[in-house]
Amino acid sequence: MNEVARKSLGRFVPLIVFAALVAFFVIGLVWNQTHDARFVPSPLIDKPAPAFRLPRLEQPTQFVTKADLLGKPYLINVFASWCFACGDEHPTLMAYRDKFGIPLIGYDYKDAPQDARAWLDRHGDPYHEVLTDQSGDTAINFGVYGAPETYLIDAKGVIRYKHIGPLTPDVIAKELEPKIRALEQAGT
Amino acid sequence: MKRLLVVMFVAFALVLSASAFAIDPLPFQSTAQRDRFQHLTRELRCMVCQDESLLSSNADFAKQLRRQIFDMMQQGKSDKEIKDWLVARYSSFILYDPPLAPSTIALWFGTPAILLAGGIVVIVLLRRRTRPAGAIADEPGDDW
Repeated sequence: MNEVARKSLGRFVPLIVFAALVAFFVIGLVWNQTHDARFVPSPLIDKPAPAFRLPRLEQPTQFVTKADLLGKPYLINVFASWCFACGDEHPTLMAYRDKFGIPLIGYDYKDAPQDARAWLDRHGDPYHEVLTDQSGDTAINFGVYGAPETYLIDAKGVIRYKHIGPLTPDVIAKELEPKIRALEQAGT
Repeated sequence: MKRLLVVMFVAFALVLSASAFAIDPLPFQSTAQRDRFQHLTRELRCMVCQDESLLSSNADFAKQLRRQIFDMMQQGKSDKEIKDWLVARYSSFILYDPPLAPSTIALWFGTPAILLAGGIVVIVLLRRRTRPAGAIADEPGDDW
């Protein structure tokens, strides 16, 4: 390359640098549009679910433990009567509760039992079983930091999938259902 | 007037101290322990209100984790043990000081790399400019 050509290329350097900055800016904008920074991937995926012992909403003197639920896959849906987004999610759960093919267990998070009962009476109860965690201490072991959150736990008690935020038909079709079917095929 | 100024100053100081960290009635055993608690929770992210630390947030989530961290300190757990406990549940995202990991390489080395590249460009440009006057006269003008 001769000197003159090199010089004329050199004058494009600021333009190239500027284009690179614009590219970073656009990538950042698009990333923020498609990714919600509130949804942090859980480090608990493919790890055993924490042990728990939680009272039933309907019979608070009866406790359900992780060991009681081993043997078949199940879903845990963290909700609360105070949780606004749970109301958005609720119709989806009502529509899909029998289509999942596995039990849907409600996890009433930091809620007064009477409030949870009233909420389920008013909107309908999509759950096969509801457990209550009034203090929220067990929820910390699950890495819960907002509601709604949904966990898929396999027959061996391992967390296979977690969704933060309301489940939608789209999320169920694209992410949750394939995971459930995969568990069924693997027989775990 | 002086009195008014004093009152205003005290009120201002109170407002400042109240916003500096959320106040829980945690029974610390010593001021050293309280300082350690504040130092630790200042480095931890409140997951529900991500631009606040666990120390400064008034969210329910932060209150509960402060309580848990306090309890762990009473049990004699080290800062590292407490952080590991939190990271196991909430991922390293909870740490404001990110560890060096494959996913944080760009974060750790991106800025120095860009700085280095900029420095090289500046040095190259300066070298060109300081060539002998005769050499510059022969070249077409450096017009940008």
